Amino acid sequence: MSTPNTANRALSGADKAKKTRLIDALELDTRLLGMIGAFILVAVVFNVLTDGRFLTPRNVFNLTIQTASVAIMATGMVFVIVTRHIDLSVGALLATCSAVMAMMQTAWLPQFLGLPLGHPLIPWLAIGAGILTGGLIGAFQGYLAGYLLIPAFIVTLGGLLVWRNVAWYLTNGQTIGPLDQTFQMFGGINGTMGEFWSWVVGIVATLAALAALWSKRRDKLRHDFPVKPLWAEMALGAIIAGAILGLITVLNSYQVPAARLQREFAARGETMPDGFTAAYGLPISVLLLIVVAIVMTVVARRTALGRYIFATGGNPQAAELSGINTRLLTVKVFAIMGALCAISAVVASARLTNHSNDIGTLDELRVIAAAVIGGTALAGGIGTIYGAILGALIMQSLQSGMAMVGVDAPLQNIVVGSVLVLAVLIDIIYRRRTGKG
Amino acid sequence: MTRTPLVEMRNISIAFGGVQAVDDVSIDLYPGEVVGLLGHNGAGKSTLIKILSGAYKADSGEIWIDGVQATINSPRDARDYNIETIHQTLALADNLSAPANLFLGRELRTMFGFLDDSRMEAETTKIMARLNPNFKKIAEPVSALSGGQRQSVAIARAVYFNARILIMDEPTAALGVHETKMVADLIMELKAQGLGIFLISHDTREMMELCDRVSVMKNGQLIGTERVEDVTEDDILSMIIMGKKAEQAA
Repeated sequence: MSTPNTANRALSGADKAKKTRLIDALELDTRLLGMIGAFILVAVVFNVLTDGRFLTPRNVFNLTIQTASVAIMATGMVFVIVTRHIDLSVGALLATCSAVMAMMQTAWLPQFLGLPLGHPLIPWLAIGAGILTGGLIGAFQGYLAGYLLIPAFIVTLGGLLVWRNVAWYLTNGQTIGPLDQTFQMFGGINGTMGEFWSWVVGIVATLAALAALWSKRRDKLRHDFPVKPLWAEMALGAIIAGAILGLITVLNSYQVPAARLQREFAARGETMPDGFTAAYGLPISVLLLIVVAIVMTVVARRTALGRYIFATGGNPQAAELSGINTRLLTVKVFAIMGALCAISAVVASARLTNHSNDIGTLDELRVIAAAVIGGTALAGGIGTIYGAILGALIMQSLQSGMAMVGVDAPLQNIVVGSVLVLAVLIDIIYRRRTGKG
Repeated sequence: MTRTPLVEMRNISIAFGGVQAVDDVSIDLYPGEVVGLLGHNGAGKSTLIKILSGAYKADSGEIWIDGVQATINSPRDARDYNIETIHQTLALADNLSAPANLFLGRELRTMFGFLDDSRMEAETTKIMARLNPNFKKIAEPVSALSGGQRQSVAIARAVYFNARILIMDEPTAALGVHETKMVADLIMELKAQGLGIFLISHDTREMMELCDRVSVMKNGQLIGTERVEDVTEDDILSMIIMGKKAEQAA
């Protein structure tokens, strides 16, 4: 009885070992694989349920621009949560930044600086003011939490009420718009790179990713550290290149409607040649998200600031005893969060083409959920930027997938809420099993 | 002794909310010497030592290093005086690797100001080969390490940055027999190199073996400092328990 049983177990053990070795060889993060798997599952299921409408270029395009705003903030929320804090004010802060930028464009700059509407400096001055506002408010909240030791939960819960209504006063409760034409280009559909530049970005990104892989390998060899087999390195490179170029291909096959092209030609006083077509390509908002993601990943992994953020999250006492100024670090983390809220405000208000009072409402929950689904541990010390972005993408896919299938809005929220709790449960079980974290 | 002490802590006092944790305590430490601090839990040993390492600031008293009065307001100040501390709670960030912990707060940078992780890894490998040849898990978070391995990361930090004054707060509390031996050997090696070491432990026998002098504390006060060759383990124990000097206790 017991002999075949043991043999069986040994066999499955060997199988398991083989599988582990493959993943080890590729040095892939199993958690990342899990999230990508979950995302693919969601996408495929909805694609079946919607008879193939979910994975059309048009919907993929929409998904990316809907995700951008929350995903940009989620990268900052990773730092906040990793340092054992929380920021409940991001949606409200987004509204304040959006209000400042909208008022700059439509009222303050034209009135006080005498810049005429449509002046080329207007969008940039407005964005600068917005980022400054977000950064300063964030730093102030960080000061309250870091130096005055008010729990960040309370500081930002207060901030949630304060900044949403500061935004109201800034605009007298009015919807402000239409926003500057150049500014609107950060919103998505009104600002895309077209086929040629999308390919340029895609190819540059692919080459940069491959160069990074290669230089990491060379660096390891230089210090006599073990490297993965060359085939694994090449396979990984191929997967990354495939993913980037695949996304560009999809976005480049979303055609601009003929009527819209005709309007654009007419606006320039030209007539559209027969058979002329153009694709949207990569939205500028998504390019912005990619830039933010790269910068935040570099900060997290390659700078002392990032190292201190993770060290403080892992053991605040140890960080302090190592001479790290953890109070100032808190200010910096919240300032980064605030500046990212402002960048998200650019994307969100540009997408709507105006500033409205309810902009960013409930974004704090989406942002926190994205970070947490993306593997950021509320206990601190653990989290990745790419995880948070994937988390945001998974949440947005669920939401818009359900909307396409025709699920009622209340049920959508019930599902998203349940998925959040389930994701954290799976994460806890995963960590317990692997002993990581 | 006519030499200048490496460290003199003079008349140190500190209170926490009405509790006099350290009460007018003076101790000193010479180069190449190990001074043990003994006493019950709450006797004030760790608090005293945290004042030297910059974690607490004394209410009154002076610290002199190499015969010059020193101002230590933060762990960073202490580091500037080449004081390294191995804390009881092992001040390691569990989620980070050994190199990240070893260089925490003093990272090696590339010429562009980014972290030079591969150089830090290489340096860690080098120093670990010396301190603990069994140490292999360089890239893994230190939470995956055994107590002894974690301890060697903490010690490596002190050794790498050329500490002159080393504070070890119960360095062997969480270790097995073999690992305890390893730490003891290391203490003797560092002592031979001329470091001054403050050692805190509850193990009186271990202290008698490792230390040149022992200072006994009780209820925040210094009971006395004795050369280990002048006293027996029982004398020390009675000082700890009775709070009196050996000759008085007899």
